[in-house]
Amino acid sequence: MAGSTLETMSPADAPSLADSQYCTFWVGDLFFGVSVAAVQEVLRYQELTAVPTGPEAVHGLINLRGQIVTALDLRCRLGLPPREDGVLPMNVIVRSRGEVVSLLVDDIGDVITVDTRTGGLTLEAAPANVPSVVRDVVTGVLALPDAILLVLDADRAADVPAAPDTTGGTA
Amino acid sequence: MDDDAEIIAEFLVESHENLDQLDRDLVELEKAPGSRELLSSIFRTIHTIKGTSGFLAFNRLEALTHVGENLLSRLRDGEMEMTPQVAQVLLTMVDTVRALLEAVEASGSDAAGDADVDGVVAALKAVLEGPAETQVVPDVEAPADARVEVDVPEQTTVEAPVSESELDALEARLVAEVTADPVSDCVTVPAVDAAADAPNEDDTTRRAVDASVRVDVDLLDALVQLVGELVLTRNQVLQRTESQDDNELVRAVQRLDLVASELQEGIMKTRMQPIGQVWSKMPRIVRDLAVQLGRDVDLQMEGHDTELDRSLLEALKGPLTHLVRNALDHGIERPEDRAAAGKPVQGRLLLRAFHESGQVVVEISDDGAGIDPDHIASVAVKRGVITREQADRMEPRELVNLIFRPGFSTAAEVTNVSGRGVGMDVVRTNIERIGGTVDMQSQVGLGTTCRVRIPLTLAIIPALVVGEQGETYAIPQANLVELVRLEGEDLARGVENLAGAPVLRLRGHLLPLVSLAEVLGRERPTGDAMTVVVVQNDGQRFGLCVEEVHDTQEIVVKPIGRQLKMLPTYAGATIMGDGRVALILDVPGIAHAQNVAQVTESDVDSRAVAAEDSTALLVLEVSNGRRAALPLREVSRLEEFDVNRIERSGNAEAVQYRDGILPLVRLTSAIGLVETVRDDEQVSVVVHESDDHRVGIVIDRVLDVVEAAVVRSEVGRRAGVLGSAVIQDRVTDLVDLDAVVALTGVGA
Repeated sequence: MAGSTLETMSPADAPSLADSQYCTFWVGDLFFGVSVAAVQEVLRYQELTAVPTGPEAVHGLINLRGQIVTALDLRCRLGLPPREDGVLPMNVIVRSRGEVVSLLVDDIGDVITVDTRTGGLTLEAAPANVPSVVRDVVTGVLALPDAILLVLDADRAADVPAAPDTTGGTA
Repeated sequence: MDDDAEIIAEFLVESHENLDQLDRDLVELEKAPGSRELLSSIFRTIHTIKGTSGFLAFNRLEALTHVGENLLSRLRDGEMEMTPQVAQVLLTMVDTVRALLEAVEASGSDAAGDADVDGVVAALKAVLEGPAETQVVPDVEAPADARVEVDVPEQTTVEAPVSESELDALEARLVAEVTADPVSDCVTVPAVDAAADAPNEDDTTRRAVDASVRVDVDLLDALVQLVGELVLTRNQVLQRTESQDDNELVRAVQRLDLVASELQEGIMKTRMQPIGQVWSKMPRIVRDLAVQLGRDVDLQMEGHDTELDRSLLEALKGPLTHLVRNALDHGIERPEDRAAAGKPVQGRLLLRAFHESGQVVVEISDDGAGIDPDHIASVAVKRGVITREQADRMEPRELVNLIFRPGFSTAAEVTNVSGRGVGMDVVRTNIERIGGTVDMQSQVGLGTTCRVRIPLTLAIIPALVVGEQGETYAIPQANLVELVRLEGEDLARGVENLAGAPVLRLRGHLLPLVSLAEVLGRERPTGDAMTVVVVQNDGQRFGLCVEEVHDTQEIVVKPIGRQLKMLPTYAGATIMGDGRVALILDVPGIAHAQNVAQVTESDVDSRAVAAEDSTALLVLEVSNGRRAALPLREVSRLEEFDVNRIERSGNAEAVQYRDGILPLVRLTSAIGLVETVRDDEQVSVVVHESDDHRVGIVIDRVLDVVEAAVVRSEVGRRAGVLGSAVIQDRVTDLVDLDAVVALTGVGA
């Protein structure tokens, strides 16, 4: 499911089960999903303009067709070690609190549909041994057949706490 | 049903405009009771509202305006006189009409709402049937009026004999047309609006219809947005075609450039509104307040045409109104108090608006009682806003501005007009929210001036593009003063690096320097050349040292995300011609963060407080945290010498310096203190040079350069010390330089 997809998905394309359709991506070993309704589009790496003295997680600003979008690095936000040199992140463009924000992730996955009615899958709370900084941005987990999907809360993920994120909780 | 809704919507918009005009006209009429023109205008407005109300079956509205119309008809025909009671009841009618319109807006009918229509109608009738009148049967006249309606406009112009009041009106119009702007007599102010626009009633209707169009605000905003995108794209195209050989293409792009610029200018204008909109509400507000508080006030307004962005104007309405209320409630005294103080019984309230260096400045001045800093101080201390020690150290101007702190109110009783202690801090918050500042100046007994400054943050602004270590930043031209480039000798001479406080001597003034690299969290670069962008913020200047200056461009200001809003350095971001994002520097934000807001330009504003004497001082540390200060003008330069360069001659110390010998004196002992034992390898020396001698004063370290009004106290006066003063909240010895220098045996 390694994604090199450069699709621009619009919620208008999604069928009516928008709530259980997730746009998925990887940050380190973590497999995340964001409700398709919150995602505007997905892009390859875009040139970043750095913001000196800004929060560590804000890696910069990108030009999205004339709109200036803040790019938040999720590795940083979640206290994970930085990407290797030369590895470029992807942009997951989400709508959060009336603004457009880009979440920088390692790899894009497919859009998956989770049937929560018949499949017996329910959203569970994140296990207690998951680091708090990760639990804070996750609304719950879905135990898929071949992976655990962490359902991301885009709003909380795009909020940058006042203090630096370098303490990674229990991990 | 939609058609009805549309008609009603139009009716509401028009009526609101008309009611505002009515307010103004009635207030004016009170002052110039004989004005036929005003009466006719007022009559016509009420008549229109009555007519449309009837058509739309708003019965209460119709009934109310009907009686009002009757009263006005009597006034117009000279059968009644305009008195304060008549004015009051008419103004109440206007308010009630407003309330009914609100009910219509909310529910589509005037039946709802708690407007006391019957009460007002009764009041109107009472005035109609009032004492001085003969027979008055308003209802019987109604049908007659109805038939006469059509003829009303012609009637007023056909009256042949020129009456006294007509002459007055004509004279007022002529005077108004001659004295255009600035208007200094309040009587003519509204007349200018009316007369300049409408020398003739018929012309009014023609002009209004031709000269302006009503446009939906959302459509305008969409247009502004589109033009912003166009400017961005134009910039990109311009950049790409700079190196093109295709002449046709280049020419076409140049045309595109011109057209886009003009389009942008035009569209920005649609967002601009004159502050006259806010001014126009003031006569009524001031009149009502003056009546309520028992004051006699002469209101003057200037700068009606000063324009600012629609959203800023909207945000300013509340604060300005509150400031006016404040001036009337706390500023202007009761007539008897004014008389007792030897002032004219009528107080003056002046509202001024004007543009100044990229800002809109609004001033609200009164010649009232002024604000007593000591009174403010004691109230502030009592309420725990500040401590007694802080209060003692604050200058009068700072004390006066304490009224903007939350929870502050000095009103002996909280009137229902102001004084709840929530007003002024809300005013300041609301003004700061749109990026403005507010400041009070006052003189006890003479008056107060409140000054509001709003930066003109339009979406498209000219900016200077600078480069720092490969990155690009934009500085709004509104903050720009000049560019200075220093190299080699000039650099060495012009810039003083006072142990961490770099200062540039520029034409006799001291300019604090801030390195952009440091603002961005990096090391300050060294080099033999320096480019300084002199910027200003609210009258305070400083120099921003940058690596490169590129060019001036027009940029579209885009907001930055919530994650970055708290950073003081950036005001927004923009997209450059090459498609890359550049951050826009926030000059006021940088000024505060870098503490260059301390060195203030002397205030030459003559309206209120006189300029205070202040001197530039070099503040030093001597011995265990004690402080001393020297006038900066006596300091030629600061040097650091290796300890082992100090040589002794008898009891004196000296160093070899610039092909000569520099005698040294240790400041600490010179002012009678005990030297701290220091084992530094370097000593800091302040070099003082005058025509015939040169002396080095050994100090522990430089603390700061401060510009302050020094109030000398005799405390601590001794050999080598003139006295002491409180500088930067610390007691500081004021060095007697002559005495210290004399210790070296040099000079007179």
